[in-house]
Amino acid sequence: MTDVAPKLEVSGLYKIFGPSPERALARRREGGSKDRILSETGDVVAVSDISFSVREGEFFVVMGLSGSGKSTLIRCLNRLIDPTAGRILVDGEDVAQMDAEALRQLRLSKMAMVFQHFALFPHRTVGENVEFGLKMQGVDRSERRDRALEALDLVELRAWADRSPAALSGGMRQRVGLARALAVDPQILLMDEPFGALDPLIRRDMQEELITLQRRFKKTIIFITHDLHEALRLGDRVAIMRDGRFVQVGAPQAIVDHPEDPYVAAFTQDVDRGRVFTVETIMREPETLVSGADDVDGALRRLHDSGRSGLVVTGADGGANGVVGLAELSAAASAGGDAGALSAATQDVTTVAPETALADIYDQCTAGLPIAVVDKAGSLCGVVEPLDVFTALTGNEGSEDRKDAGRLAR
Amino acid sequence: MDRLSDIYVLPVDDWIESFVKDWLVPNFRPAFQAIQWPIDQVLTGLDAFLLTIPPFLFMAVAVLLAWRIGGRGISLFTLAALVLLDLMGIWDDSMTTLAMVLTSVVFCAVVGVPLGILAARSDRFQTGLRPVLDIMQTIPAFVYLVPIVMLFGVGMVPGIIATIIFAMPPLIRLTNLGIRQVPEEMVEAGYAFGATRRQVLFEVQVPIAMKTIMAGLNQTLMLSLSMVVIAALIGAEGLGLLVFTGIGRLDVGAAALGGIGIVLIAIVLDRLTQALGEPSLGEEKRSFRGLAMRLVGGSPAADKADESAADPAGPAGAAAKRN
Ligand SMILES: Nc1ncnc2c1ncn2[C@@H]1O[C@H](COP(=O)(O)OP(=O)(O)O)[C@@H](O)[C@H]1O
Ligand SMILES: [Mg+2]
Repeated sequence: MTDVAPKLEVSGLYKIFGPSPERALARRREGGSKDRILSETGDVVAVSDISFSVREGEFFVVMGLSGSGKSTLIRCLNRLIDPTAGRILVDGEDVAQMDAEALRQLRLSKMAMVFQHFALFPHRTVGENVEFGLKMQGVDRSERRDRALEALDLVELRAWADRSPAALSGGMRQRVGLARALAVDPQILLMDEPFGALDPLIRRDMQEELITLQRRFKKTIIFITHDLHEALRLGDRVAIMRDGRFVQVGAPQAIVDHPEDPYVAAFTQDVDRGRVFTVETIMREPETLVSGADDVDGALRRLHDSGRSGLVVTGADGGANGVVGLAELSAAASAGGDAGALSAATQDVTTVAPETALADIYDQCTAGLPIAVVDKAGSLCGVVEPLDVFTALTGNEGSEDRKDAGRLAR
Repeated sequence: MDRLSDIYVLPVDDWIESFVKDWLVPNFRPAFQAIQWPIDQVLTGLDAFLLTIPPFLFMAVAVLLAWRIGGRGISLFTLAALVLLDLMGIWDDSMTTLAMVLTSVVFCAVVGVPLGILAARSDRFQTGLRPVLDIMQTIPAFVYLVPIVMLFGVGMVPGIIATIIFAMPPLIRLTNLGIRQVPEEMVEAGYAFGATRRQVLFEVQVPIAMKTIMAGLNQTLMLSLSMVVIAALIGAEGLGLLVFTGIGRLDVGAAALGGIGIVLIAIVLDRLTQALGEPSLGEEKRSFRGLAMRLVGGSPAADKADESAADPAGPAGAAAKRN
């Protein structure tokens, strides 16, 4: 795979908006921060020293928050925006150096683009919109029409060819946008947050449709999104972008498993709560049983009243010595209910540190008994109810609580 | 001694007079005369044409046009207005005024739309043009009547030139505005699919801005009509002259007659240009052939039905809307 030349290779790409991009570029290369450059020269560093390469047929996703420079980056690739510095090699040819005619040829046949707000032309029918690229290529009217209808077939909108785009729903409009791009049979598809303006449900459908199309056509796709789930779902590789830079580039799995940056981690916590939420965020006041001091009947009553799955048995030192559940307590009660029966019923307790990730206690939860949370000194500071773990992981509790928990986690 | 002018009077009037008389007129008179020529050609052609065709033929054609463009209501109103003009005995004056107004609008469009497009594409040009337009719109027409007479003499054509100066700014402004308002993404889409600057202008920007441009044309038309009386001051004929002489002789009847004629023409032209500004979907209909087809066949009502049929949810959507 490595011996194949990349389809697209970007290196050292910068885009600086403002009165003195060259000066700002020099400062940035010397390591000046974005904010300082903005206040000193008035220039906005939108894209800063980005390098990456994309294989033919690869689905490359760039994910970042609004304002991180994604749109600027993707527009540099087909020179809707002229980069300040850097190389953009498409099949080995530098787009940044192309003259107007070479650039036009590239846009006509090699690269097509899909836009966030669809950018359909309101004065053209759906069919004429899809024909647009072909018309620019100089394809004659009837062939244009045929090919546009074929492209509309791909997105199942042939029946709408003679209607106005205004008559379509958002999802349908973006499918027209996609058909318009596919109609010219481009090798590279640039997609700037194509599903960003759609409802979540429609977005999922569109993602599926795109995956299906990609399986069939194997285009090289550069896809921009602000939604990490979308990025992980679609991308063969994902780049995380912040403040004009790539913070991390890798396979979706690698991004989730080893976030290289607090920024990525902050994103991934949303993806894998178990990795991000700690025991501390969901632990409760312990309901305890002092060994040797409490009797079985009292313990049963307390367990019942508290609604817990079990009681943690503490020793004189305040550490967690064991745990008893309802089944054990009931058995102990029927066996006589004395202190000996109680200690016989006591099982080993799992102890964890407050900062343990929820993902690491999944297995222990399956016993259905409380897990003791102990601090470094070994004293009990709380318990975790198994049910709470699953609630936290599925994110079903009130959103207020969740926000709190999220804050605590980091 | 409480006025500065008691000490010194700035001779602005003298300066302007000598600027116009001693520099502008002797140096540029030929150039200005040359401007007159095309205007004169269009005007005399139109005027002669409108005056020679029989009123009944004109009415028939106008009503048909109005029906195709704007539908039944407008065509009926057009018919009523034209009949009234004829009945009031001001048909010829009306045709002269119409010729004058149309000539002015033609030249406003020929000059104004390109200027508006240039302004939309260049911030510097826009910045330079803006004060000129402000001046054109704020200086009372009476003020530039005098230099116009000095440069062009009196008559219909100088009247039209005054009208053009007065009526052109909104068309330039709205053309500029309309093109600048085309969403950036659509322009980008044009370029992204390999369009040249020219193609982006004519395939994307101008068509999308058309509604706004037509609104500018409508404004220009209305302003031109409002100038016909003032233009009569420097020798323009038609309904304006009727009003003007009516005022001079304190003949309320004659002045009102001219006024009514102007208002009737204004309403008809206003409705027609507004209806023309409604965007039509599809390349076929936008082409000249399409426009011609629209004028001779296929009722405008068909377009509207087409649009409602394009409801995405079909009958279900319509039902939902009713609720
Ligand atoms: N034409 C421009 N002029 C000045 N600054 C710009 C321009 N376009 C974008 N920017 C700035 O560049 C940064 C990145 O913008 P953008 O690429 O649109 O981000 P994203 O698409 O990730 O939301 C932002 O700070 C934005 O304000
Ligand atoms: Mg963006």
